[in-house]
Amino acid sequence: MSTVSDTRSVIGSPDEIRVAHRAHWGWWVLTGFVLLCAAGIVQMLFTNPNLEWNVVAGWFFSQSIVFGLLRTLELTVLAMFFGILLGMLTAVMRLSPIKILSTVAWFYTWFFRGTPLLVQLIFWYNLAALFPTIDIGIPFVGPTVWSGNANQIVTPFMAALLGLALNEGAYMSEIVRGGILSVDQGQQEAAVALGMRTSRALRRVILPQAMRVIVPPTGNQVIGMLKSTSLVSVTSMPELLYSAQLVYNRTFQTIPLLIVASIWYLIVTSVLSVIQYYIERHYAKGGRRALPLTPWEKVKRMFTRFTPAQTITADRRA
Amino acid sequence: MTVPTIPAGPVAGKREVVLRVTGLKKRFGPLEVLKGVDLIVERGEVMCIIGPSGSGKSTLLRSMNHLEEIDGGRVELDGELVGYRLHGQKYVTLPEKLLARQRTKMGMVFQSFNLFPHMTVLQNIIESPVGVLKQDPKEAKETAMALLGKVGLAEKAQQYPRQLSGGQQQRVAIARALAMKPRVMLFDEPTSALDPELVGEVLDVMKDLALEGLTMVVVTHEMGFAREVADSVLFMDGGVVVERGHPHDVLLNPQMPRTKEFLSKVL
Repeated sequence: MSTVSDTRSVIGSPDEIRVAHRAHWGWWVLTGFVLLCAAGIVQMLFTNPNLEWNVVAGWFFSQSIVFGLLRTLELTVLAMFFGILLGMLTAVMRLSPIKILSTVAWFYTWFFRGTPLLVQLIFWYNLAALFPTIDIGIPFVGPTVWSGNANQIVTPFMAALLGLALNEGAYMSEIVRGGILSVDQGQQEAAVALGMRTSRALRRVILPQAMRVIVPPTGNQVIGMLKSTSLVSVTSMPELLYSAQLVYNRTFQTIPLLIVASIWYLIVTSVLSVIQYYIERHYAKGGRRALPLTPWEKVKRMFTRFTPAQTITADRRA
Repeated sequence: MTVPTIPAGPVAGKREVVLRVTGLKKRFGPLEVLKGVDLIVERGEVMCIIGPSGSGKSTLLRSMNHLEEIDGGRVELDGELVGYRLHGQKYVTLPEKLLARQRTKMGMVFQSFNLFPHMTVLQNIIESPVGVLKQDPKEAKETAMALLGKVGLAEKAQQYPRQLSGGQQQRVAIARALAMKPRVMLFDEPTSALDPELVGEVLDVMKDLALEGLTMVVVTHEMGFAREVADSVLFMDGGVVVERGHPHDVLLNPQMPRTKEFLSKVL
């Protein structure tokens, strides 16, 4: 009926035609309900005197809490660092054709995933009770190369780090292994056909591609680790939660101090999520789709309507 | 198991032997896929290996650069045993370092391209020349750009493989293999994963390489290419070489009933 020029006068040139999403009336009802609930929670947060926001504010930047926070961050970073290292090593060992390596790796994963983290932490903390001295040498055969007092070597911090990192390594190993297995076998073949040795192929070809699968669950693990560090209070390490507990055991302001700790956990988790986002973006290079938007670009998008969703790059392999 | 009346070796005149396969055997579990295969590839020769699927032709090609471990016989490149070394009366697997060095002399092109998706086209090509052969990155880049020009994709150097069509990806894969300056190129059904309209551009590149005198072993279903470009054709079935010789003899005037039957289906 209408001519081309008619159409143009209404919606502009054909390449500007956009899809308009029609909202369903049910969505409006649901949105209203959610907003109402949110308003209720906000009102409660402001009016409930038991939350004692002045106490929260007073302790938020106090020395004991900030030191606890730094301890938590230190433990999280170190335990994750060694955990990821151990996990990569174990994953590669698991996939090795050399039987003894894959068996050792399997046993490690089995043991450290199979026992509670809390038990492992208590065990390391009490290592001196089990082995007063630590001797390094070949069992039954060689002379002792090195020997030391367990109490001096395994400090509370060491016990915490050992427990967290060894446990983390076992979980990370499965995450890394899954990532490596997700890479097409042809990639390994192409790499060795080009004269690369297995180690180089792994480093340059397989792992960079595996990272896309490895990063999201690793982000989970980091956030989990952040909170698992609270378990190390059993080794009398004053990390964030334990520091808060030490305060409220004295002042009986239990709820405000737990709020202080929770807000800090939430802040750190938010920062970690943003970091994870950019790491994922980095490893999305050469992926099927265009790079995902940065958070800032997403905010801008919210205010500019009628822009198409993520541009899909041409994938001409029919 | 080879048919005794057919002479082993190529049809062309006396030249330098690049690749020699003797009595090659390979089994996957109970299934014997190669039952003793002999062949000789001379310098500058283009050999096409044809045959029905499951005949063992891809396995044969993959055994040549030791992507498959073999169960019997041997593969020699320039007179050097590939993948193994003789230790007394036994063959022992070669240390990885030496095997990797041997593989640099054999370029391989896969059916599914296998470009590295996280690297640009240029990075794909210079990765091994720089990382393995320790070439100067600047020189390697120049070589890579020249090779890309040759396969007609110079303007795609900064693209990622997934932004290219299948035919373009395969041409990049060929350039990547050539960048190692191999003694012989092995093609494993290089056009089988391509849309029909993209097959031509890849075959054209391969034809040019053949004309330049590159030594090539090509597993293919493209009978036209074999007839036009090959110096010798090898027909395989059931893990043995059934018939071999000049393409005009094997493809146009086959002697063996199995060859005739196969060709009547594909031509």
